[in-house]
Amino acid sequence: MSRRVRLRDIAHARAGDKGNTSNVSVWIEDPAHYAAVLRQLTPDRLRREFPRLLRGPVEIHALPHLRGLNIVMREALEGGVNRSLNLDGHGKSWSYLILRLEVEVDEPLKTRCR
Amino acid sequence: MAALDKPPPAAEDGPGSGGERGILEGLRRLEGNDPRESGCRIGCGAGFSSDRLGPAVDLLAEGGLDWLVLECIGERTMAFGHRDRRRDPNAGYNPLLEARMRALLPLCRRHGTRLLSNMGVANPRRAAERTVEIAGELGLRGLTVAWLEGDEVTDLLGPQVPSCEGDPAGEARGGLIAANAYLGIEHLLPALATGADVVLTGRVADPSLFLAPLVQRFGWAADDWDRLAAGTLVGHLLECGMQVTGGYFADPGRKEVPDLARCGYPIAEVTADGGAVITKLTSAGGLVSTATVKEQLLYEVHDPSAYVTPDVIADFSAVTVEEIGRDRVRVAGARGRPRPGRLKVTLAFDGGWLGEAGVSYAGINALARAELAREILKERLVRIHGLACPLRFDLIGVDSLHGTAGVGPVRTEDVRLRVACRSRDRREVELVLWETEAILTCGPAGGGGFRGRITESVTTASSSLPREAVRCRVEVLET
Repeated sequence: MSRRVRLRDIAHARAGDKGNTSNVSVWIEDPAHYAAVLRQLTPDRLRREFPRLLRGPVEIHALPHLRGLNIVMREALEGGVNRSLNLDGHGKSWSYLILRLEVEVDEPLKTRCR
Repeated sequence: MAALDKPPPAAEDGPGSGGERGILEGLRRLEGNDPRESGCRIGCGAGFSSDRLGPAVDLLAEGGLDWLVLECIGERTMAFGHRDRRRDPNAGYNPLLEARMRALLPLCRRHGTRLLSNMGVANPRRAAERTVEIAGELGLRGLTVAWLEGDEVTDLLGPQVPSCEGDPAGEARGGLIAANAYLGIEHLLPALATGADVVLTGRVADPSLFLAPLVQRFGWAADDWDRLAAGTLVGHLLECGMQVTGGYFADPGRKEVPDLARCGYPIAEVTADGGAVITKLTSAGGLVSTATVKEQLLYEVHDPSAYVTPDVIADFSAVTVEEIGRDRVRVAGARGRPRPGRLKVTLAFDGGWLGEAGVSYAGINALARAELAREILKERLVRIHGLACPLRFDLIGVDSLHGTAGVGPVRTEDVRLRVACRSRDRREVELVLWETEAILTCGPAGGGGFRGRITESVTTASSSLPREAVRCRVEVLET
């Protein structure tokens, strides 16, 4: 039986910036969830979720052996840290933009991340 | 500016300076149990310009380190270093250099740990001279300080500023403050080879600060790309300080980190084959786990199979991360390809002035009152005063950081209206602050807590230069 969960309940993430490019690495805790997340978290979906923010190409690099994926979002920082007027010009909080997205997975285990 | 966590210790043993541990460590070394003999122990005692000092003191006192690396340059701080040096030829190095050297140099001497840092920023020579003066004041005779110059390439660029990423409109031309090339181990190794106790640099690729001591120690060949990639992985994991030991990680109820207020800086135990264990002092707070290491593994990385540094193109895509004990994580599996022929250059431009101002509303109907204040300010700044510079309005607590992403709004009764602007004309920025302050008496009911500030703005862009064009020089000073 599948259900919808927020990514934050099954994964952890970290945001980094270089110029006007943001990257958010997402790490899925349960191996059983990895394929489902990879299938549902696509560049197209991300551009649809945040059309005003993600103005450039989005790439996703998978690291299956670590259950990780790296979302690289070009032109996604409103000009970058030295140009943006956003309080968070680095986009440090972009990890929590991603973690609020919902995905459909098989019955999730509630795990604490360590 | 970061506050110090504890007063720097005096030159003699003071409380918390680790004197007793230092003796124990000396005994361990006499008995042949020195952990440094089988490999290389590197600590990171700063991951950005304003990072904490107290935990670096602890790391040096208790860590049994061969090298302590302080990584203190970002794109903004590099540019501000140049600006400071223009105003005062004796400035332009890291503003915390003095406090850090006073606290760390006596411990470096006591424990035989060498110090490597890019705290020279835009003025490595003056940073080295000041360090020697401080060492003299501390009574540290015979302390040697090497400094490396050559990263500043402003003159090499000539009158024609090259086209660069990050400046598509070319708006910044003419306001070039400085350009710095990212140096690598080929430039650092001659400085390390002087044997100096302290090595100070300007702009160096962050992982190279950690790779250079490993190459010097283990004699890795300049084309041993897999080992250079392994050392680059160590540097990449350590360069942001506590981001691998529990900082930038905690999420209460979900991701817990013990004693984060006393978080320790990281240590890497590296062996000649490039194998490495990431750990921290057992006495320090924080956490080293597969999760903290994995998050840092891809921090600011784009394609994990092509992490480009001046030293190697590192492939992290098959890196393994294994918890082998409490707060001990082994990493392996980095591979490397030949280094690039060009060095990255960051150009810093005068970006005019950045203004930020805010007023807060709380209680019943706070959101509507804050929204009214925003509408009034827009009307006055844009329509009445005709401001055309970039302006941004945020309702903090409602839709600020994620406002552009379309998230929110949320219900709240505690809202702060923030106004931000950027302009080359300081008077425009001053007007934004003035109008925002005036909203206290001329706007909605119950607005308070005005704060406003104007800061210099520096914009940056990237370019590159052929490796051969960059020439470096090393000099050694002594107390």
